[in-house]
Amino acid sequence: MDIRFEEVGFTYQKGTPFESRALYDINLSINDKSYTALVGHTGSGKSTVLQHLNALKKPTEGSVSIGEQVITAATNNKGLKKLRKKVGIVFQFPEAQLFEETIGRDIAFGPKNFGVSEEEAIEKAKALLPQVGLDESFLDRSPFDLSGGQMRRVAIAGVLALEPQVLVLDEPTAGLDPQGRKEIMDMFYDLYKNQGLTIVLVTHQMEDVAQYADHMVILEKGTVTKEGAPRDLFKEADWLESMQLGVPQTVRFAQQLEKRFNWTFDPLPLTTDELAEQIKEKIGDGREAGDRT
Amino acid sequence: MMDKLIFGRYIPGSSLIHRLDPRTKLMGAIFFIIIIFLANNVWTYLTLALFVALAVGLSKIKVSFFINGIKPLIWLILFTVILQILFTSGQTIYFRFGPFILSEEGLINGAFIFMRFVLIIFMSTLLTLTTMPLSLSDAIEYLLRPLAVIKVPVHEIALMLSIALRFVPTLMDETEKIMNAQRARGIDFGEGNLYEQMKSIVPLLIPLFVSSFNRAEELATAMEARGYKGGEGRSKYRQLSWETKDTVTIIAFLGLAVLLLLLKT
Repeated sequence: MDIRFEEVGFTYQKGTPFESRALYDINLSINDKSYTALVGHTGSGKSTVLQHLNALKKPTEGSVSIGEQVITAATNNKGLKKLRKKVGIVFQFPEAQLFEETIGRDIAFGPKNFGVSEEEAIEKAKALLPQVGLDESFLDRSPFDLSGGQMRRVAIAGVLALEPQVLVLDEPTAGLDPQGRKEIMDMFYDLYKNQGLTIVLVTHQMEDVAQYADHMVILEKGTVTKEGAPRDLFKEADWLESMQLGVPQTVRFAQQLEKRFNWTFDPLPLTTDELAEQIKEKIGDGREAGDRT
Repeated sequence: MMDKLIFGRYIPGSSLIHRLDPRTKLMGAIFFIIIIFLANNVWTYLTLALFVALAVGLSKIKVSFFINGIKPLIWLILFTVILQILFTSGQTIYFRFGPFILSEEGLINGAFIFMRFVLIIFMSTLLTLTTMPLSLSDAIEYLLRPLAVIKVPVHEIALMLSIALRFVPTLMDETEKIMNAQRARGIDFGEGNLYEQMKSIVPLLIPLFVSSFNRAEELATAMEARGYKGGEGRSKYRQLSWETKDTVTIIAFLGLAVLLLLLKT
């Protein structure tokens, strides 16, 4: 399912003295089965864009098409609910959405809202727990007895339970330990790779962008400034630094090597493995690395 | 939904009303609500309406904000007015049906009650639209100070008030976030029958309670960590200053009361 923004603008509290413009002239497309990273520093409009992805907000100008459905300022609120099943959003600190007595019932909450029976929804919850790294014994425990990291996993399972085609993640690993971070990110990548989900990741972690995303959108002051493959965009390291975004460590490292030894890295290494491979190549064919041009 | 909550919201500005001391505005508003009960005929209500119109004009805030302030209470007002109209008996009776009576006096009373509600709401909306919540709680603390003699914990009350006011926007943001998260999980707030609507509140309220308790605990820790210990000997960051315009305002309110006493029947 493709999502397309055409000339989208959004103004908060239009027509009051508190009016503030959050987005303008946004054109962007999120292709089916892509892994899109949405980056931009705080206040660039990421969160507002995100809420347009399943019509939690309607554009005040322009249109957003989500699959077949086109949403404009005039779209009626009725009938938007089915979009929420197609596009699941894991919000920042999603553990704040937990409320049920048991973890099982909390995960089952979403599917039940879309007409799945109680038993079937609980079955789904049971099947999802291992996927987010918890075991079935959690099913009947209270979500409020868990650690922060475990609550996060339950909340994510609650969104996965909707079986969305597009999964939107708003800094899903903020505040997690490195191990948990990697587990969760790998899980999302697996959903993208093996189950054909479209992923939209909002993040500040350029390492994650480099490692997982195949498309990158940079937002600045409420509009899209650049869009393209991460490998191309990371070439402009200085520009990214000036936007307070930075580049992944591998890119920074590669660029320092380029300056120091007059090397060129092509393609730009995005992961440590790629970097190591290319360095090995360069050192491999001539021990005097510094002489190469 | 949250966008529409205008009542009780401060609108920055630099009008004469904005610059008045919060104590003046608070005392004035309370005094106004008391003296409005003196009014009992067309002339007194007209005087009050003119006074309110003048105050609203001086505040340089659009009248639509005041009208928005009435909207949430419109049903309560209409209910009271209708009760008044239907159950007041009088000399000129137009219509009688069982216990219901439609009389001239009833209609006039209804109109007066309606005016009273509108004027009170306009006045208190004017207070909250032109006064920062924190200044307001400073004013309350100041005005309650005499009660400290009879061991009323005035400082604590004011602190609770400021904290409550301080966290209103935070809680609104939080509510919005949780609503979004639950809407993304397929809840429709404000749709379906009454039972469904009540049920949809649970997934909103429980997370709000949980986060409020967490926040309260964090705030208490943060205050203790910075050595907070109550009101005794504590100086104020925001100073209140009484000026000539405040005295003039108070005199205007007293003048209004005298005028009402003269005009009432």
